[in-house]
Amino acid sequence: MRKSLLAAAGLLLTFSVMAKDVNLLNVSYDPTRELYVDVNKAFAAQWKAKTGDTVNIRQSHGGSGKQARSVIDGLEADVVTLALAYDIDEISAKANLLPANWQKRLPHNSSPYTSTIVFLVRKGNPKGVKDWDDLIKPGISVITPNPKTSGGARWNYLAAWGYALKKTGSEAKAKDFIAALFKNVPVLDSGARGATVTFTERGVGDVLLAWENEAYLALQELGPDKFQIVTPPLSILAEPPVAVVDKNVDRKGTRAVAQAYLEFLYTPQAQEIAAKNHYRPRDPAILAKHANEFAAVKLFTLEELFGSWANAQNTHFKDGGVFDQIYAPK
Amino acid sequence: MRRNNVLLRQHSVLPGFNLTLGLVLLYLGLVVLLPLSAAFLKTFTLDWKGFVDAVTAPRVLASYKLSFGVALIAAAVNAVFGLVLAWVLVRYEFPGRKLVDAIVDLPFALPTAVAGIALTALYAENGAIGRFLPFKVAFTPLGVFVALVFIGLPFVVRTLQPVIENLGHDLEESSALLGAQRWQTLTFVVLPALLPAWITGFALAFARAVGEYGSVIFIAGNMPMVSEITPLMIVTKLEQYDYAGATAIAVVMLLASFVLLLLINLLQAWMRRRQGQQA
Repeated sequence: MRKSLLAAAGLLLTFSVMAKDVNLLNVSYDPTRELYVDVNKAFAAQWKAKTGDTVNIRQSHGGSGKQARSVIDGLEADVVTLALAYDIDEISAKANLLPANWQKRLPHNSSPYTSTIVFLVRKGNPKGVKDWDDLIKPGISVITPNPKTSGGARWNYLAAWGYALKKTGSEAKAKDFIAALFKNVPVLDSGARGATVTFTERGVGDVLLAWENEAYLALQELGPDKFQIVTPPLSILAEPPVAVVDKNVDRKGTRAVAQAYLEFLYTPQAQEIAAKNHYRPRDPAILAKHANEFAAVKLFTLEELFGSWANAQNTHFKDGGVFDQIYAPK
Repeated sequence: MRRNNVLLRQHSVLPGFNLTLGLVLLYLGLVVLLPLSAAFLKTFTLDWKGFVDAVTAPRVLASYKLSFGVALIAAAVNAVFGLVLAWVLVRYEFPGRKLVDAIVDLPFALPTAVAGIALTALYAENGAIGRFLPFKVAFTPLGVFVALVFIGLPFVVRTLQPVIENLGHDLEESSALLGAQRWQTLTFVVLPALLPAWITGFALAFARAVGEYGSVIFIAGNMPMVSEITPLMIVTKLEQYDYAGATAIAVVMLLASFVLLLLINLLQAWMRRRQGQQA
């Protein structure tokens, strides 16, 4: 009796020494809220089974740029999972928290899941919107947030630009296309969710430019009887990247678990979760399984057309860039 | 000199003038001046040309016009209706007065984003009010005006209320006994007595409106050159990680607001002196 008690106490002791509580902070952008609730649960279970440690993952959500600035200003993120590579580039450049080549460290440009830009239209598609060219027709009203303040909106803009450039082969014509498109935009909300609300709740506009996963979410929340998704034949491959924040994990001693957390995103289990949350999985087997949910679309990458995010940012969204020129007083 | 000192001691309620002065300065420094000077310091990382370019870009200039212009109009409208409201709340007894009195404070308490979303829902073309209006309110500069009127109202009402309470009926009665018409009593007796507090309320409502972001951003529509407010231009700069450019615009806003508030204070002091001489 006594012996077994001692043994139990001993076991308890060693167990409590071995099993740790680990805290991770994942700083993410707005529409990943539901995705990471599922991912975190699955990862915590897997990590517990593998190491015996309990990992508590806290989430922070907000506009991608605002989140990046918080990390630059000292929010101790172990990992960042943002809407565009440019925001993580700036964490590297401004605060030097991770090396400049961070995007090469994980497969697929460090983007375990992708999405694309689609059109959300009112049920029955009364204006007959099928392709990008329909968006610049007179009398069509397009809702998209301001690319200067919203990361998601920059993908919308680049998708439209990429379409026009591929079609016409000329930068000048692409610029005319973008100018004509934004002439049809009556409201520029500061963020993607704001634009969705303007379109769905306020009834403004014929077309909402949105990430595919956001469009599905809107459909799910607000009813498929009110809206429908139109996938254009050509669009951009939106790659929201993830990265370990080196300086933070080294100070907190969480590198191993943070790294494992991001690698977990590439496993079939997490890829399945991503697909369930309407992100396109990278794993071809999982993608094939969900083929009927993700409409076939020809995708071009950002690198293919713009070289890098820094290039795209400097040409189009910097003060005085192409987007500002559209609105410059003549 | 000595007499002055004695007077000072007698009149001071708080003990230790030096101690309290030190505390005041420390508090002001920590709470107000330190964050502001940080903004100024960040701006100094720009050279003069960079600063001028940042604060005089066409879109930024258009945003000053909107922010300061609409804030002034909204504060003026609030000054008129706030006065009426404060007068009614103090001078008349009616059922539900306490309730109305409490409602006045709501714009203080409500998170500004909530106010913005609610106003947008009301004034959008499919909204409860917007659908009956022949012109657009939400997503136009008019929407900005509506939001700024909403958040500015309590400032005017709450500054005027105690002054009206202290005014007393005797002044009006004397005025009437001396043969004044009602409008004469109002313009020569009542309004001059309220003027300093009235202007303070106006200035507070104006200052609040100039800096307002949360409620305006949802209803403005944010179209370049048309309905972008200056705080949005600051956020736009921040989104480009252009901290220096953002603080440059902030500094211009601060200086402009400071000069306007200073002018209003001077005006008030001048009026007080003039009133004092008349009395």
